[in-house]
Amino acid sequence: MAVLVIADHDNALVRETTHKTVTAALKISPDVDILVAGQGAKGAADQAAKISGVRKVLLAESDALGQGIAEAFEALVTPLMANYDAVLTPATSQGKNLSPRIAAKLDVSQISDVIEVVDAKTFVRPIYAGNALETVQSADAKQVLTVRPTVFQPAGEGGSATVESIDAGPGAAKTEFVSQELVKSERPELSGAKIVVSGGRAMGSAEEFQRVIEPLADKLGAAIGASRAAVDAGYAPGDSQVGQTGKVVAPELYVAIGISGAIQHLAGMKDSKVIVAINKDGDAPIFQVADYGLVADYKTAIPELMDALAKIGK
Amino acid sequence: MKLLVPVKRVIDYNVKARVKADQSGVDLANVKMSMNPFCEIAVEEAIRQKEKGTATEVVVVSIGPVQAQETLRTALAMGADRALLVQTDQDLEPLAVAKVLQAVIAEEGPELVLMGKQAIDGDNNATGQMLSTLLGWPQATFAFKLEIEGGKAKVTREVDGGLQTLEVTLPAVVTADLRLNEPRYASLPNIMKAKKKTLDVRELASYGVDTTPRLKVLKVSEPAGRKGGIKVETAADLVDKLKTEAGVL
Repeated sequence: MAVLVIADHDNALVRETTHKTVTAALKISPDVDILVAGQGAKGAADQAAKISGVRKVLLAESDALGQGIAEAFEALVTPLMANYDAVLTPATSQGKNLSPRIAAKLDVSQISDVIEVVDAKTFVRPIYAGNALETVQSADAKQVLTVRPTVFQPAGEGGSATVESIDAGPGAAKTEFVSQELVKSERPELSGAKIVVSGGRAMGSAEEFQRVIEPLADKLGAAIGASRAAVDAGYAPGDSQVGQTGKVVAPELYVAIGISGAIQHLAGMKDSKVIVAINKDGDAPIFQVADYGLVADYKTAIPELMDALAKIGK
Repeated sequence: MKLLVPVKRVIDYNVKARVKADQSGVDLANVKMSMNPFCEIAVEEAIRQKEKGTATEVVVVSIGPVQAQETLRTALAMGADRALLVQTDQDLEPLAVAKVLQAVIAEEGPELVLMGKQAIDGDNNATGQMLSTLLGWPQATFAFKLEIEGGKAKVTREVDGGLQTLEVTLPAVVTADLRLNEPRYASLPNIMKAKKKTLDVRELASYGVDTTPRLKVLKVSEPAGRKGGIKVETAADLVDKLKTEAGVL
C-alpha cells in the first residue's frame, strides 16, 4: 500500500512543509512517492528526489498546474490514486484548496489538518480552534489527508529517488487565471520561520506596525505575523494572519507584541517552543500561554528590547 | 440570477469549546450558538450582489437541527429572501453536506453558490471544494473580492504569500474568506420583517442522500495545556532569559 505526497514548492525548490508531510506519510507506509505538479518544476522535482525515504518522484507540468488551479490538480491526481491508498498534502492554503476535490472525486471523507498518525486509518486532528483534539478512524478504502506541517519533523536529505515525467492531465476548462500579486520579501516565510514577531491592534496604524515590528523582525531574522484584529484594521496583509483561520505557526520563538490573545489567535501559535508576550494589560489572556511576559507599553519596551539585543550582538 | 448561500449553526465565536469528561465530544449544552462567521460573510456578500443588481434572489439553506431555524431567520433579517432548513439531528461530515447541497441545488437551480470557507467547529475547510467537484462547477475559494459580470465571476483569492485572481464561468462555487466584507447587523424592523419571510422545512431523508458517516470518532480529548510562565521586569531581563535560559537567541 503506497502513499502519495503532493509537494508544496515554487517550481525551483520544494518547501520544508513537503519534507514534514513525507514524515507523516512514512508513518502510514514505507512506500512514499511525491508528486511535483507545476510548470518548469524540474528543479523542485530533483530536490524532492533527494528527500530520504522517498521511492519515486512524479513530475507533471502544465500552465494550469503552475497557476495552482485546483480543478487541474484534481484531474491529475484522481486517476493516479488507482496506485495509492492515501494522498497527503500539506495544509497550506493551496493544499486546502485542492485536497477536498480529490476526496470528493474518490467519494471518501477528507481528514483535515492531521497532527498525528496513529495508524494507517486512524488520525488525530484539532477541532474548535484547537480547543479539542479529535481521534478519528476512517472506514473509507482510501485516505485523503491534509497534514499540519508544524507538528512533524522534516524528513532528511540523502535520498536518490528517480524522477518520472507524467501526463499533466486535462487542466481546467471553466477557470481562467487572471493575475497573481505575491508579496516579495527578504524575510523568512511565516509558516516555516524559526522566529516570528507578531503585532496586534495596539499598533494603531499600518505605519506604526511597520515602524515597530519590521526593525525588530529584521534584527531577529524573523518572519512577521499579525493578529486578526491588526489584519482587519489594515495594519498588516491578510497572509500574515496567525490563528484558527489564518496561518498556524510553531517557531522556536514567537514574540507577540500588543496582542491580547483571543482563542482564535492562540490556536495559531500555541505550539511555539517559546512564547514571549509584551502587552501593557497584565491581565491579557496571551500571558496565560507565554513563557516570558513583559507587562509594558510596546512604545517603551520595543526600543529597550532593540538596545538589549544590540548589546548581545544582534 | 439566483444565489444560494448555505449557512451553519455553530458554537458562538467568542465561546471557548469544552471537551466532555467522557471524551465523547464537545459539550454544547447551554452554550451560545450563532451563525458560523464565514457563513455570515457569505450571506452579506450575496445581499450586496442583490443590492448591486447582479443577483435577483438570495436563498439561504441550512442542514441541521430544528434550532437552525434561528440561524436562517438571522440570514433573512440581514436581507436574504427565502430560507430552507434540511432538518436532521445527525452531525454530517463535509462530504455528506456537499451531497445534500447538491440535491438542494438540483431543485433550486442557483447560478452561484456562495458559502463560508470553513466552519469554526469542525475546522475542515472542505465542503465548498467538495460541492464544486460533485457539481462539476468551477470553484474559487478564500474569496477576498468578488465581481460578477457577463456570466462570469472574477474572484480575488487569499493565497499563501499574497492574492490571486481567477475568472470562473458560472455556475460556480465561491467560498468566502474573512476580508470579503464586514457583515451588517440586522435592524429591528428587518428582524420583524424576517418573521414573515418563507422558511421551508424538509426532512433530510426526503432527499434520499446517503449520509452514512465515513469516520468513527474514537475520542475527543483536551489538548495538552500550556502553562503560563514568568513575568520579567525589563526588556534586558527578557533578552537575558531568552539567551541563557531558553537558548533561542
